[in-house]
Formats: sequence, C-alpha cells, structure tokens
Amino acid sequence: MNIVFNSHHLVFLLQGAGWTLVLSLIAFIGGGLVGFIVALCRISPSRSLRWLSMVYVQLVQGTPLLILMFLAYFGLSIVGLTLPALVAAGISMTIYVSAYVGEIWRGCIQAVPRTQWEAAECLALSRVQRMGLVVLPQALRIATPPTVGFMVQIVKNTSLASVVGFVELARAGQVVNNSLFEPFLVYMLVAGLYFLLCFPLSWWSRQLERRLLVGHRVEVAAA
Amino acid sequence: MSVILLDNVHKSFGTLKVLDGVTFSVNKGEVFAIIGRSGSGKSTALRCIDRLERVDQGRIRVCGHEVSDPQLDLRQLRRDVGIVFQSYNLFPHLTAAENIALAPRHSKGKTRKEAGEITARVLAQVGLSDKAQSYPEQLSGGQQQRVAIARSLAMEPQVMLFDEVTSALDPQLTGEVLKVMADLAAGGMTMVLVTHEMAFARNVAHTTLFMHTGRVWEQGGPDMFERPQTAELQQFLSAGL
Repeated sequence: MNIVFNSHHLVFLLQGAGWTLVLSLIAFIGGGLVGFIVALCRISPSRSLRWLSMVYVQLVQGTPLLILMFLAYFGLSIVGLTLPALVAAGISMTIYVSAYVGEIWRGCIQAVPRTQWEAAECLALSRVQRMGLVVLPQALRIATPPTVGFMVQIVKNTSLASVVGFVELARAGQVVNNSLFEPFLVYMLVAGLYFLLCFPLSWWSRQLERRLLVGHRVEVAAA
Repeated sequence: MSVILLDNVHKSFGTLKVLDGVTFSVNKGEVFAIIGRSGSGKSTALRCIDRLERVDQGRIRVCGHEVSDPQLDLRQLRRDVGIVFQSYNLFPHLTAAENIALAPRHSKGKTRKEAGEITARVLAQVGLSDKAQSYPEQLSGGQQQRVAIARSLAMEPQVMLFDEVTSALDPQLTGEVLKVMADLAAGGMTMVLVTHEMAFARNVAHTTLFMHTGRVWEQGGPDMFERPQTAELQQFLSAGL
C-alpha cells in the first residue's frame, strides 16, 4: 500500500509550524527580557557588572546553539532535572537570544550621542531618568530594524530544537517524510512554511529601515 | 558677593595642560564674557564650573557648592546652574515644550500644571510660544538654540553658562539668539559666556576675561577692547575675530 501526501500530513506540518511560532515567541520574549538586562549591564558604571556581562556574552556567542540545547535537555537530566523538550528548548533559545540581542541593544544605546547624556545630566536628571526619558527612547528607534531582522534568525534557529525531540516544523517534516519517503515534496513544503513565517518579519524590518532613513517625523510635518 | 569662584584651577588632558592656574570670580547679576583663541582653555574653564570636567588642582565654588569636592551632590549643583551648548543638544524625540518641561517635572518635581506654566513662560521669554509643539528638526538652528536656552531657564537656575552658543549658527541667525541673551542680561541673570562675538562681549558684558595658553591673560570692563594691555590681546583683537 502506497500512502500519498494528504490533508493529515498537511495538518501535522501546520501544527509543527504553530510550535515553531510558540518557541520563537518564548525565545524572543525571554531573550528580550534577559538581553535588555545584559545590555544595561554592559554599559553599567560598575566594572564587575560590565565584566560579568561581557563574559556571559562571549561564552554564549562562542557556543553553538545545538550544544546549548543538548546541555539543557540531556545535560540537566543527568543531574536529575528532566525538563520537557519545549522548556529545555525555550531556555536554550532564551540564553542564545539574550547574548545576541543584548549586544545589538548595547550598540544602539551607545549610538545615542554622548552629548545627549551630557545635556540630560546638566538638567539635573538622575541616571535612571537620563536613561529612561532621554536615551532609551532614542535607542529604541535605532534598535527596531536590526531587532526585527534578528527575529528572522530566531525563527529559523528554532529548527535546532528538533534534536531534543521537540516536534516543531523541522521535526514534523522529518516525521512526515519518514512515512512517505518524499523528501523533495515534504522539505519544499517545510521551507515554504518557514518562508511564510519569516518573510513578513523581513519585510517589516525593511520598512522600518526605510522609514528611519526618510526621517521619522515626516507624518508629523505633513499634519 | 561672588557666585562663582575659581581659585588657581589646573587641568590637563593627558600631557596637554589646558588650564594653568586660572583664577577669577563672578558676582551676582554680572555678565561675564570669556574670550580667547581656540584651545586657550576657555570652554574647559566653563565646563569645569558645571563639573562636566573635573579639575586636577585648585578650588571652584558655585552658588555655595564646592564643585571640586568629590563628595559633591551633582544634581544639587546642576539645579542651580544652567548650561547651553554650541550644538544645542535638544532631545530629538521630544517637542520643544516637552524638552523644556523635562527638568521642572523630573528633576524639580513640579506638577504637570506647574511645569506647563513654566514652559509657557520661558517659551514666551525666548519668543517661541508658537513653536511649543514643534520637534527640534522642524526648527531652524537659531530657534533650536533659543529652545535650548528656554530649557535651561526652566530649571530656574541662579547662573547661566553659555558655551559658544552662536558658533554653529549662520550669521543671519546669531542675532535672534544674542538678543535673547541680552534680554536675560538686562533682567539681572548672572551669566558666564564663552564667545567669539566681540561686539556682544563689548556691549553686554560687564567684565571680559581674555584667556591665552590656559591662563587668564587680561581682565577688565568694556574699555579693555579700546586699550588692551598685552601684546597677545592686541593681536587677538586685531585679528578681527
């Protein structure tokens, strides 16, 4: 009996795509929160915080995501901590994203001219106020295009979670292919689904970049 | 009574000596101009007053704050001292009114209503009431600099410092900024200005100080421009800066 590609397979792939989306969101939200702290530590006045965060970033950036996944899933289970695949993948993605996003955001904060800090300082604003009222709002504008661009990388890198048995889109593709032996058809579909997840992000990133180039206040000036 | 006092102030950037024993004092209500060539240390002297630079040696006292004391509460000092920069340094993501309201709201803890009243008052003072809702990039250089002056005034400082505030402006635009400063001077504000505008120093400043190679070279009233005592000042003035 020869099984052909049918709607059950498609639904299975779509479910996988759904889990890819879930893992991407966990990675982005978790990684964003930790990454924000990393960025702040990297520019902290405290030397030890700067040093610690620098070591963290170097360690994580120097480790393949695959190894982080293995460590979280298999490594922790040896010390008696057995995590569900989604949790293990979520933790490794969070760590991975935080190191990269932290560095992107540090660069964006430092791209705000020194004179803006100085002007805020001369208005007797505290360090927290200078950061929150003057520097971060400007850094946010600079940070948006590269951050959205990096989200595309996150979505694609979630495919590595398949190695710990988490059935996201890539793993779902493998499972379907194992029953059909139609690799070309199945993986083209998988690639198409990844594209559908990533393309809106790439497009959005390009739009943001263009708007930033034209000048952010055009609509106000026209009003 | 002196509001600002510099006593034998020394400051180096690396091996470069920028201030070499600078001493002067500014009285309440005095308009005090510092002139000199680029690199004479005049801007550094001004920045030391607001502790944007730390001095290596000597003493600075401003409105009762010991500026050279490492324990100084910087926010207290900066509530009393307003400073305006050559490059305006307005916050580009905020409107003129929001730029101005920032210090009253957040560093002086005024209510939104009080801050709004202060903002309206200082904007009127610099003649820009109609530009309250404009963003910096929608304003000309002269207007931006006037907003920057208003932003400092909104802190209700006791002393205003001006660091070459017209140097980045087209000649047509310097007039409107200088007029605002002349009005401030007429209102009795204590002002220290580093400037290349000789006519302004001569006509508005009560005292002018000529700095050269990190030292106070000559100091006097408006008649200093007619009768410079030193060859260096003579040369500087005749260069027609």
